Amino acid sequence: MSVSGRSIAVVLASALLLGGAGGYGILAWSAAQERRSGPSAVQAVSTDTIATGDRIVFRNTAAGDGYGLVASVPLADPSGERSVTAEACDRVYATAALQMCLHIDRGIVTTFAATLRGADAIELGSWPLPGIPSRTRVSADSALVAMTSFVTGHAYGTVAFSTQTTISTTDGTDYGNLEEFALLIGGERVTAADRNIWGVTFGTDDNTFFATAASAGRTWLVRGDLAARSLTAIRESAECPSLSPDGRHVAYKKAVAGTAAPFWSIAVLDLGTGVETILPEPGNVDDQVEWLDDSTLLYGLPRQETVGDSDVWSIPIDGDGEPRLFIPHAWSPSVVRT
Amino acid sequence: MYISFSDHGTAKSAAPPGRPVATRVSSVVIALGIVSLVTDISTESVSAILPLYITGVLGLSTIAYGFLDGTYQGISAIVRIAGGWASDRGDQPKWIAFFGYGLSALARTGLLFATGFTALVAVISVDRLGKGVRTAPRDALITASSLPENLGRSFGVHRMLDTVGAAVGPLLAFAILFAIPDGYDTVFVVSLAFAIIGVFVLGVVVPNTRPRADSTAAGTPRVAFRWAQLRDPRLRRLLLTAGLLGIVTIGDGFIYLVLQSRDAFAAAWFPLLYVGTNVVFLLLAIPLGRIADRFGRGRVFLLGHLALLAAYVCAAVPVAGLPTTVLCLVALGVFYASTDGILAALASQSTPEASRATAIASAQTVVALTRLLASTGFGLLWFAVGRANAMLIIAAALAVLIPLAALVLRGAFTKARTT
Repeated sequence: MSVSGRSIAVVLASALLLGGAGGYGILAWSAAQERRSGPSAVQAVSTDTIATGDRIVFRNTAAGDGYGLVASVPLADPSGERSVTAEACDRVYATAALQMCLHIDRGIVTTFAATLRGADAIELGSWPLPGIPSRTRVSADSALVAMTSFVTGHAYGTVAFSTQTTISTTDGTDYGNLEEFALLIGGERVTAADRNIWGVTFGTDDNTFFATAASAGRTWLVRGDLAARSLTAIRESAECPSLSPDGRHVAYKKAVAGTAAPFWSIAVLDLGTGVETILPEPGNVDDQVEWLDDSTLLYGLPRQETVGDSDVWSIPIDGDGEPRLFIPHAWSPSVVRT
Repeated sequence: MYISFSDHGTAKSAAPPGRPVATRVSSVVIALGIVSLVTDISTESVSAILPLYITGVLGLSTIAYGFLDGTYQGISAIVRIAGGWASDRGDQPKWIAFFGYGLSALARTGLLFATGFTALVAVISVDRLGKGVRTAPRDALITASSLPENLGRSFGVHRMLDTVGAAVGPLLAFAILFAIPDGYDTVFVVSLAFAIIGVFVLGVVVPNTRPRADSTAAGTPRVAFRWAQLRDPRLRRLLLTAGLLGIVTIGDGFIYLVLQSRDAFAAAWFPLLYVGTNVVFLLLAIPLGRIADRFGRGRVFLLGHLALLAAYVCAAVPVAGLPTTVLCLVALGVFYASTDGILAALASQSTPEASRATAIASAQTVVALTRLLASTGFGLLWFAVGRANAMLIIAAALAVLIPLAALVLRGAFTKARTT
C-alpha cells in the first residue's frame, strides 16, 4: 500500500470506528434522557421540606424523575408513596435532627464530598472526600458523624487499595483518619502499612463505636474508643458492623467464600453471649445493614437486571425468617424515629 | 562512538527522504506516539471509571477493589522481559508490539461482556498482559527509527503524545458519564474504538523495522541475540543506578496523600492531582529530551531525581498551602519528564541492538520492582514514624543516593551527545 493509501485507510477506519462509537453514545444518551425525564417507576411526590414523623430515609433508585435523590416513606407504610427531596446522594443516613449525604459531584472533573444538613435542610458542614463514597453513619443523639470513602486518586505508582474513614462531631471537631488510631489485635499493636478501617457504627455514649479493620486480606470487628484513640479487635472476619438500637447485637457482613470474588452473608453477633448467627439471605450482601427494630434488619441488594437500581430487603435476626422485599427501588436506608 | 551507534542505516531509511534527518523526529516515532496516544485514551478512560463501575454497578466494595488494583499492578512487570526477549529473539519488534496492543484491544471487547467480578479480573489481566508485552518492543522500535543523537528527543515526543492520551482518557470518560449517568457501556464502546484505531495505525502505518536484519543489510556483521550481551558494563551500571534510585522512589500517590491531609485545595481536588503532574510531564517531555541529547542523558536522568527530591521536601515541610501543592506537582512532572523516556533511551544505547528490547525491558522492570519495594517500605515507615518524618527520611535517603548513583553512572554515557 502506498503512503497516501495507508493514510486514507487509517482516516477511514478511524472515522468508521469513532462514528460507530459516537452513534452508540447518542443512542445511549437519548435512552438515558427518556428514562430520566419519564415518570417515576414508583408512586412519588416531590417535596421541598424534610419529612417529619417516624420514617425511613433512603436513596431513591426508581428509574425516571427523582432517580438518585433522597426520599422517605412513613415507617408505618414503607411501600406507600414516597416523598422525594431535591438532594442527590450516593449514600445517605438520617436521624431526627440531621442528614448526612455522601455525593459524587459529576462533571468533566469529578470530585467527591460529604454534606451534613440540619432538619431545616441548612448546611451544617461539608468535607471533601478522596474518592468514591462508601458508608456513613450519624450517632443516634446526632452528636457524631462518620464517613468512609475509597481513596481513588489516580497515580502512576498507585498506593495499594485504601479507604479513608473519619469521625467528626457535628459541631466541627475532627477526630481525623481512623487509621491513625492505635489498632490492637489479640493484645498486640498492629502497625502494618496496609491496614484499613471502614464502616463505623456508633454506640450511645458518644465515645464507643464499632468498625472494620483490615490488614493482609483479613478483617476484624473492632471496638473503638474516641477518647483513647484506640481500636480493639473483638472478632475476626466481620465487615461494616451495625449496632442494634438496644446495644445487644452487632450485625455485619461476613465473607463466607474465600475466593477472589468475595461473597458476603449477613451475620448477627450477640454481644452478651458471643454467639454468631448467619442469616438465610441467599444473595451477596455488600452493604452496611440498618436496624428496623431490635430484631429486624434492613439491607440493600442490587437488581441483577437493571444497572444502578436496587431494593431494600428486611430479615429477622433469629435466623429462621425468610428475607422480605421491604422497599423496592431503594438504597442506603436509615430508620428515623422522632 | 560505541559500536551500537555505527549503523545509521535504519534510522535514515525510516526518515522521509530528502530531509535533514538529524534534526527531525522520524515519522515512525510520531506514528508510535499516536498509537500510544489512542491506546492510552482507551486504557485510561476505563481505569478512571473502573472504581465507580465496580462499586456502583457491580455492587462490590473495598476488598474486591483492592484485589483488582493489585492485579492491575503486578502482571505488567512479569511479562515485560518476556516481551523484550521475544522481540529480540525473532527480530520482529513490530509484530510483538502488535500482539501486545491486539491483546489489550481484545480485552476491551471482553469488557463489553464481562458481567461479574471474576470475568472483570480476567479481562483486566489480559489487558495488563498486553501492556507488559508491548512496551519494550515499542521502545526498541522507537530507538531503531531514530538517530542515536536524537534519541532523547524521540522518546520525548513519544512520551508527550502518550501522556496526552493519559490526560484525555479520564476526562473523556467522565464527560460521557456526565452526559449519561449510567453510560458505562458507552465508555467501554468508545474505549474499544480507540483501542482498535491504535492497533490499526500500528499494523498499517508503522513499517516492519527489523533492527538486526536491517543492520546486517547495511554491512554490519550479523549478531544474534545472546543473553551475554546483557552483561555489557554500561547496562549493568545503568541497572544498578536505576535500582538505587528506584528503591527511594515512592509512588506519587503517597505524595498526593500527604498533600491532601494538609492542604484544603489538595483535599478538594485529590482525585485530580495526577492531572497537574501529567500536564507538566507532557509539556516538558520534548524539551528535556532535547536537553538530554545535548548535555548527556545520564545527567538529565540523575538531575531529574533532584526534582523528585524537591517534591519530597515540599511534601515534608510543615508549611502547607496552595503554593507547596503546585510546586510539588510541578516537581513530580519534571521528574517524570526527565526520567521516563530517558531511561529507555539510556537502556537502548547500552547494549548491541540484537538485545535492545530485552535491555529496555530489564531497566523498566528493575525500576518497577524497586519502586514497588520503595512504596511498601515507605508505607511501613509512614505508620512507624508518621508521614512528615517518613517523608524526611526518604528525602534524606534520596539525597544520599543521587551522588552515589552519579558515581556509578560516571563516564558510562557522557559520549552519547557527541556526533
